[in-house]
Amino acid sequence: MREIDISTVTEAVQRLCLEANYVAAPDVRKAFELAAEREVSPLGKQVLTQLLENMRVAEVERVPMCQDTGTVVIFADIGQDLHFSGGLFSDAVNEGVRRAYTGGYLRSSIVDRPVGKRTNTRDNTPAVLHLHLVDGDQLTMTMLAKGGGAENMSQMRMLTPGDGLDGVLNFVVETVERAGPNACPPVIVGVGIGGTFDSVGTLAKQALTREIGSEHDDPQIQEIEGELIQRINNLGIGPHGFGGRITALAVHVEIAPTHIASLPVAVNLQCGPAARLRRVTI
Amino acid sequence: MLDLRAGDAVEISGVVLTARDAAHQRLIETLDRGEVLPVDLAGQVIYYVGPAPARPGAVIGSAGPTTSGRMDRYAPALHAAGLRGTIGKGYRSDVVRQALVEHCGVYFAAVGGSGALLAKRIVSAEVIAYPDLGTEAIWRLQLDRFPAIVVNDAYGADLYSTAKGEYRRDG
Ligand code: SF4
Repeated sequence: MREIDISTVTEAVQRLCLEANYVAAPDVRKAFELAAEREVSPLGKQVLTQLLENMRVAEVERVPMCQDTGTVVIFADIGQDLHFSGGLFSDAVNEGVRRAYTGGYLRSSIVDRPVGKRTNTRDNTPAVLHLHLVDGDQLTMTMLAKGGGAENMSQMRMLTPGDGLDGVLNFVVETVERAGPNACPPVIVGVGIGGTFDSVGTLAKQALTREIGSEHDDPQIQEIEGELIQRINNLGIGPHGFGGRITALAVHVEIAPTHIASLPVAVNLQCGPAARLRRVTI
Repeated sequence: MLDLRAGDAVEISGVVLTARDAAHQRLIETLDRGEVLPVDLAGQVIYYVGPAPARPGAVIGSAGPTTSGRMDRYAPALHAAGLRGTIGKGYRSDVVRQALVEHCGVYFAAVGGSGALLAKRIVSAEVIAYPDLGTEAIWRLQLDRFPAIVVNDAYGADLYSTAKGEYRRDG
């Protein structure tokens, strides 16, 4: 049994939040550089160049790439042989968020209740936490700062087995098309297929935590991802919807076993310009 | 505004006001009660933005556009009250596009997700109404060569749909 003090978690979360907001991860930057080379629309190319310049300015000046610094979503894989001392895990995570957002010139974007007064919590808490128990005695936290624009354009639907793969593909493409410029393209498309009503959304979000353009180890999924990115980039939406061939930087699909009567699909959109993903193991 | 056409790339210099969801709600409630607005909208441009806090010495924090569609339900009434233009990102509804034609208005898009860069084109910023709303308050911003693209003009054109058609491929 390994023991760690809960303050270690707070410090790690604080660091993740700051770095994610100030510094574009290498895979994001690389994807934008490649996109800027390949984009044929002049206005689209200009947008991509502007977004790369934005990443440079944010990193140098230590300001957030986007003013919408997002909802903090954390997937925590907790080793079964790990023990936290000194307080509650979720409190420690929220304390890390609080310190980063109030001390790091990040916008507080969370309201306490969804309907009614909608009072800003003023420290961007609480974070959304997904806890998983895993082997070993380590803690891995994967953190996303999820902006409202792209999140609002995400969709889920309970298809039925008869809709088949075609139904799934059409739903994904339609969702990206309907989102258009609202999701700040180029986007990364996270798709979850299978599971239940509640789990499929999480699966789609988990799909967004893969490295951009990383290859899936299941050949059937690889094929689905390939077809989806082609169809999406044929839509013509382009960078910021000003027209072009690069609407998505990547499509990541994850699947799960499901009920004999069901075919749930969720599409979680991630804006490329503010794709803020960080991971740490302690 | 009549010289501007969908697809034009422009640089905006001068004063604009900011407002997003919560401020719009209050503005409309004020109009509905028949009271005077806390800011004069005649001839004004509203930028849909909720800026990040400024670092010491900076004018403003990151300040890129938010999704305009959420303000669609309020925009026609504000255009009727004198508003001439809006800056944001994303689609506008048919009703808003119609209001632009009626009131000779223009909708500009700034590139979403480039808030750090756009903040450098804002040379002064002060809260002028609803300070209790924090980032959602109404600010007066002085812009200097702020880059934007005309999406919807006073003639009913829509860049988002024409641009998409140009690059679309079937199959
Ligand atoms: S969708 Fe993303 S890039 Fe666009 S404004 Fe929101 S957080 Fe920023």
